[in-house]
Amino acid sequence: MVAWSEQERSIIANLFSNLDYEDVGAKALTRCLIVYPWTQRYFGGFGNLYNAEAIKMNPNIAAHGVKILHGLDRALKNMDNIKETYAELSVLHSEKLHVDPDNFKLLSDVLTIVIAAKLGTDFTPEVQATFQKFLAVVVSALGKQYQ
Amino acid sequence: MTMSLSVKNKDTVRAFWAKVSPKAADIGADALCRMLVVYPQTKIYFSHWKDLSPGSASVMKHGAVIMQGVADAVAKIDNLTDGLDQLSQLHAFTLRVDPANFKVLSHNLMVVMANQFPKDFSPEVHVAMDKFLALVALALSEKYR
Repeated sequence: MVAWSEQERSIIANLFSNLDYEDVGAKALTRCLIVYPWTQRYFGGFGNLYNAEAIKMNPNIAAHGVKILHGLDRALKNMDNIKETYAELSVLHSEKLHVDPDNFKLLSDVLTIVIAAKLGTDFTPEVQATFQKFLAVVVSALGKQYQ
Repeated sequence: MTMSLSVKNKDTVRAFWAKVSPKAADIGADALCRMLVVYPQTKIYFSHWKDLSPGSASVMKHGAVIMQGVADAVAKIDNLTDGLDQLSQLHAFTLRVDPANFKVLSHNLMVVMANQFPKDFSPEVHVAMDKFLALVALALSEKYR
């Protein structure tokens, strides 16, 4: 089980309470599809992904980005039990969506960069460390059922 | 996983670099500082420094040194392998930095670029910079074995 200090819990709670899911979610998934174009393979049914402009304007991608971001709420509410919390989602991603688990890390890196762009001076090294730790735990939990 | 830079990628990198280079030393120091905090295992390469804290003289100075390397790489973007030959020798034989750390520093450089230039670090700039830094890492790894 992962240990969280009071300060880490507070940083995560604070970050999510001020989070603009509509903006950040859309930007994160959009950016992931542009920076790592092979991830587009999972979005065949989402409409026009022909170029960066099309991806940025695609409402299905934007909506799905928001959905993915809200997926992190589960971890937020169950910080002491993230592995079990994501067991079901892990099965979904491996059995049904067939997502290569390496992609979780890619999306997590992109999300970190989107948050860094959004928070400016509030995104201190300490906040970055805590946020990346949080995402790493979620990524690990999502990969658990792949074996 | 490295893919070569298109003409458009190179133009994008050069244009973005021209914009941010006045703040290069700041960017380098911030990226280095973040790396030391977020990836504490990287501190072993700086065990000879008295002070590894954010804002310390050593971190500020070394951040600037790193960015001079990046500036050099931008100038030699058409042939990174040959252009960074000496730096590769330095990293391979003298510093012996585990090449996995190049990726770590690259990530932190991009975090700082996004953080300090949010309007400019668009997805298009991001992908070009990501490819560029990966190729710089590859060039730096050339002499390792």
